[in-house]
Amino acid sequence: MAGVAVLGIGAKPVLDVLAAGQGEVAGSFKLQKGEGALNAKQWAMVIDTRKVEKASDLEPMISACHKIHNVPQMENKNHEIKWIWEEEYHYAFPTATSRYMNEHAEHIPFLVLCNHCENPPCVRACPTKATFKRESDGIVMMDFHRCIGCRFCMAACPYGARSFNFRDPRPFIKETNKEFPTRMKGVVEKCNYCAERIAVGKLPACVEASNGILTFGDLFDPNSAVRELLKSNFTIRRKQSLGTEPSVYYIV
Amino acid sequence: MLELALKGNKKYFGWITALLVLVGIGFGAYLNQLGFGLGITGMSRDVSWGFYIAQFTFLVGVAAGGVMVVLPYYLHDYKAFAKVTILGEFLAIAAITMCLLFILVDLGQPMRMFNVILYPTPNSVLFWDMIVLNGYLFLNIVIGWNVLEAERNNVHYPKWLKPLIYLSIPWAVGIHTVTAFLYCGLPGRGFWLTAILAPRFLSSAFAAGPALLILLCMIIRKVTNFDPGKEQIQSLAKIVAYAICLNVFFLLCEVFVVFYSQIPEHMDHLRYLFFGLQGKSSLVPWMWTSMALMVLSIILLVNPTTRKNENVLTVSCLMVFAGTWIDKGLGMISGGFVPSPLHHVTEYAPTVPELLITIGVYGAGFLVLTILYKMAVGVKEEVRS
Repeated sequence: MAGVAVLGIGAKPVLDVLAAGQGEVAGSFKLQKGEGALNAKQWAMVIDTRKVEKASDLEPMISACHKIHNVPQMENKNHEIKWIWEEEYHYAFPTATSRYMNEHAEHIPFLVLCNHCENPPCVRACPTKATFKRESDGIVMMDFHRCIGCRFCMAACPYGARSFNFRDPRPFIKETNKEFPTRMKGVVEKCNYCAERIAVGKLPACVEASNGILTFGDLFDPNSAVRELLKSNFTIRRKQSLGTEPSVYYIV
Repeated sequence: MLELALKGNKKYFGWITALLVLVGIGFGAYLNQLGFGLGITGMSRDVSWGFYIAQFTFLVGVAAGGVMVVLPYYLHDYKAFAKVTILGEFLAIAAITMCLLFILVDLGQPMRMFNVILYPTPNSVLFWDMIVLNGYLFLNIVIGWNVLEAERNNVHYPKWLKPLIYLSIPWAVGIHTVTAFLYCGLPGRGFWLTAILAPRFLSSAFAAGPALLILLCMIIRKVTNFDPGKEQIQSLAKIVAYAICLNVFFLLCEVFVVFYSQIPEHMDHLRYLFFGLQGKSSLVPWMWTSMALMVLSIILLVNPTTRKNENVLTVSCLMVFAGTWIDKGLGMISGGFVPSPLHHVTEYAPTVPELLITIGVYGAGFLVLTILYKMAVGVKEEVRS
């Protein structure tokens, strides 16, 4: 059934793609940016873990994100959906641990989320471009309506940043935020760096709720707040050796 | 030629009915999955691919294994295989059908599957896998059908078929190479991140495919008037012997690199599979069983006295098939997900509905295989009489 279906039909879009690059192509359009929209070439985040003491310091950021993005609270851990959460250092940085470590780093929770990599393996893996790196500002985004739920992106992500809707998530959302779409079963989702808030001039919800722990800005602007922090502090990123170039930096 | 599959004795139709029942049960379970979502399976956020994708991977191998009869016959003019090439080609068709069905049942949003064609994405290996699998299905249908029809009419197959036959040989290697590339190109999965994954896949394919073919030949000989032949079975057995040796050798290469280098991200997956990790060890007995089966089958297949005994050969082929199935259909996919990229150990086991759907897909595959083989055997019997 699938075989017959996958064989012949739908050749037209293939031709469209092969013809791309010769002037105007159907479907190429420009999105008008909102007046107050924040701009960057590559959004990045710096997490100052020196300011973190305990889980309750991170809790407001996690709940702010999960609330506005309609992230469900699943009962079954296998079906868990999370965009931003906390991990112990050993799990957040499994390739950079030592037996004897700084006590602070060893004991505090680390905030983890999608790294919005400059070179994202998930985007490379997706067979439908349902996940893509937005050219204008480097955010790795998802089109929930295009995703076929093959979960190749989840296998590709070295950070476990992606969740799959193993069942209809809607009954598990406590309060639905009508400003943001809910998802259906069978699609993958993850942090979107609050693209919907940036578009109207607001900082990401987690940054706003972070009490100065998170800083958000343009990685490619030498005068941005994140670049200032990167200049004056030693930072690490998760699994740097993989060449994905994560855009989330940790001051430890 | 399809009419040949419509005639048969009571046993034939009993078997067809039994397969249809399996398909029906699987389909019922699938409707349940379609309604609820993939949550009815044992998959999780950490182990996001499970039994379906593992069976898919194994069966791509079985399909590619068909080339082991096509190549000697068409490329080396090994005449004895004239009798069995059609069996290899038809086995490939049935196996690819199952592969595509397993992909379909694994999709979270199957009604959107055409998005892969609507938004073609050449940087995704899955896009290429879709192309090579369907291409191989197409090639085998065209080649198998035309060669069989020519045989029935007692003429030589059409000339235009020859380039397609030659193309199908590297294509068979291609389907399993691309399938290996699905896994071995992912940066965060140490278990799969190895250049020997594609060769390993191929060697296990060339063992499992022909081993199944031998078993099918034995069955055909028993239930029909067509004998695929002693020499043919022995030649296939030699192919299985070499391929299973290579498969174990490649696995040992992997074991050496991983355990001598001692890089945890690569080592921990094999440790999980063969010894258990953080107290979790559900696959350990399976993996050792697989190793034992493969090593024992090497002894029985390489040794000419045991290989030439057809009863022992049957057992050896069952061992090869079971051993490679555990290796690929159980360990290969779960093993890559445990431990997770964050080094959490979440185990995976298929659920009952998941197994029912799997059985349903296998039922559908064997239904296709039965009908195709009935046709092939029917033609062979006709030609002989």
